[in-house]
Amino acid sequence: MAAVTGPVLQGVGKTILVLSGKGGVGKSTATVQIAATLRGKGYRVGILDVDLCGPSIPRMVGVEGKDVLTTPEGNWVPVYADNEKRLSIISIAFFLDSKTDAVIWRGPKKNAMIKQLLTSVAWDVDYLIVDTPPGTSDEHISVMENIKSAPVMGAVLVTTPQMVAVDDVNRELTFCKRTGINVLGIIENMSGFVCPSCSECSNILATGGGEQLAAKAKVSFLGRVPIDPNLVRCTEEGKNFLDMFAGSPVSEVYHNIIYQLVGENQEEMEVEN
Amino acid sequence: MSSVPQDAPEHCPGTNSEDAGKASACAGCPNQQVCASGATKAPDPDLGAVKERLDTIKYKILVLSGKGGVGKSTVSAMLARALALDETKEVGILDIDICGPSQPRVLGAEEEKVHSSGAGWSPVYISENLAVMSIGFLLNSADDAVIWRGPKKNGMIKQFLRDVDWDSLDYLVVDTPPGTSDEHLSIVQYLSASPPVAAVIVTTPQEVALLDVRKEITFCRKVNIPIIGIIENMTTFVCPKCKTETAIFPATTGGGTQLAAESGLPLLGQLPLDPRIARACDHGQNFLTEEPDAPATLGYKEIAKKIIEYCQSLS
Repeated sequence: MAAVTGPVLQGVGKTILVLSGKGGVGKSTATVQIAATLRGKGYRVGILDVDLCGPSIPRMVGVEGKDVLTTPEGNWVPVYADNEKRLSIISIAFFLDSKTDAVIWRGPKKNAMIKQLLTSVAWDVDYLIVDTPPGTSDEHISVMENIKSAPVMGAVLVTTPQMVAVDDVNRELTFCKRTGINVLGIIENMSGFVCPSCSECSNILATGGGEQLAAKAKVSFLGRVPIDPNLVRCTEEGKNFLDMFAGSPVSEVYHNIIYQLVGENQEEMEVEN
Repeated sequence: MSSVPQDAPEHCPGTNSEDAGKASACAGCPNQQVCASGATKAPDPDLGAVKERLDTIKYKILVLSGKGGVGKSTVSAMLARALALDETKEVGILDIDICGPSQPRVLGAEEEKVHSSGAGWSPVYISENLAVMSIGFLLNSADDAVIWRGPKKNGMIKQFLRDVDWDSLDYLVVDTPPGTSDEHLSIVQYLSASPPVAAVIVTTPQEVALLDVRKEITFCRKVNIPIIGIIENMTTFVCPKCKTETAIFPATTGGGTQLAAESGLPLLGQLPLDPRIARACDHGQNFLTEEPDAPATLGYKEIAKKIIEYCQSLS
């Protein structure tokens, strides 16, 4: 890999970062749902997976094992996840030989890879959703440093309701403040599980932690997403949850989140035109 | 495993690598000559001090998972607590999740601070025979973010290993962040100097988690850390009202059982998703003594027993 100096995120309209200090709160799932919801509204959407040690996006959108093509200029062509070519993906998983391959890299190598991911992809999208690994370290600092010149809307923070997770997300908020990134709001994920047999709602990981954090930090609370085994199954099998369970509470919450993030949808604008 | 300076050029081979000063990335680096001279290749002068400290610890157990949020910190804390049920054993927990330390809250020691003495940093004691060290104790407030790149995190881990005065332990349980990067390479590098070291792998049943966990197993094999076995966490959820079991994170590809089989590792246990555990962790309570009859408690005790057996089989 040669030194990369190209422009950052060319061909991208607006960028949304999905962050969380904590792992396993559903950053990748939220990334996919945000992207799918935007796509459903008629936008062309890209997902950039900068989780180098644990890339999950290709599996979740059903493009595991695909190869990345290269343009004549040497840029990577993102992998399309749909026939309409409105959802495209770049992840390090596409460059690994097998799914057991581990990326055992220290910081500087990860930074070089991230720089390349930010500058060498031939995007053609309205929105780019960037999925990040947990923490506030190399990957995050590198993304923030390099993304400054690109049109970034801001960051969506994902948490689960329990305090142990909220602690870490609180740290991520401090990170956003210190690096000057706009916080678009907080999503509380895995909030409540409705028993399929008796409809009793259990707050497995407590409830309300995300909303309290949003109030305390004076940022928008975007929504509370319940646990839905159908969603887990869809992300496992790489199926589009939004198409299969359009009327589910989870889909509604995401529609509402997207409404708060981008306002009017494109179809309505097209009617006006 | 080499030390790459924070401001190193991209693809720096590391100052103590064979290629130091000779790789193509070294061209133009102001330190190229120093590196090429071989002076940087001498072993880390602190390695001896770290080894001396670690030699007072009998067994070192790494709790690893490629994936975040599968319950590494919960499992670390519960295992340490289960090991500490034997009052004749001294147990320590070292939290090397520098950016997201959870142990202070999970163990109910959020307000504690670390004291230093001539012998080093004193860990925080949760009970007579259970001590913990975490970067969480060194932060000024709960909002504080540790925005550090790799080398600084590595320095912190080295300092933990060199300076914490554990005062001889039977078991040191090391809670790690997700991934296969700086923290993992550093801890393995230092612990390997003072065997025995072994790893416990934590996963949840769904394939999206297994994907990352397979990478962690590859990591362990590459760095020669033996794996005691796999723990599958959050296997099923039992509705507190009607007792119906639901697999919230379904094992669409066979879960931990299949992973254990395909990687030739023992499955140490399957732990249920119990809301009382999340609550106990949020409030720093000892779930094992609060709910002595819960299936999860029995599961943890069984797993601890297997780990003790593994450790005893080594000596």
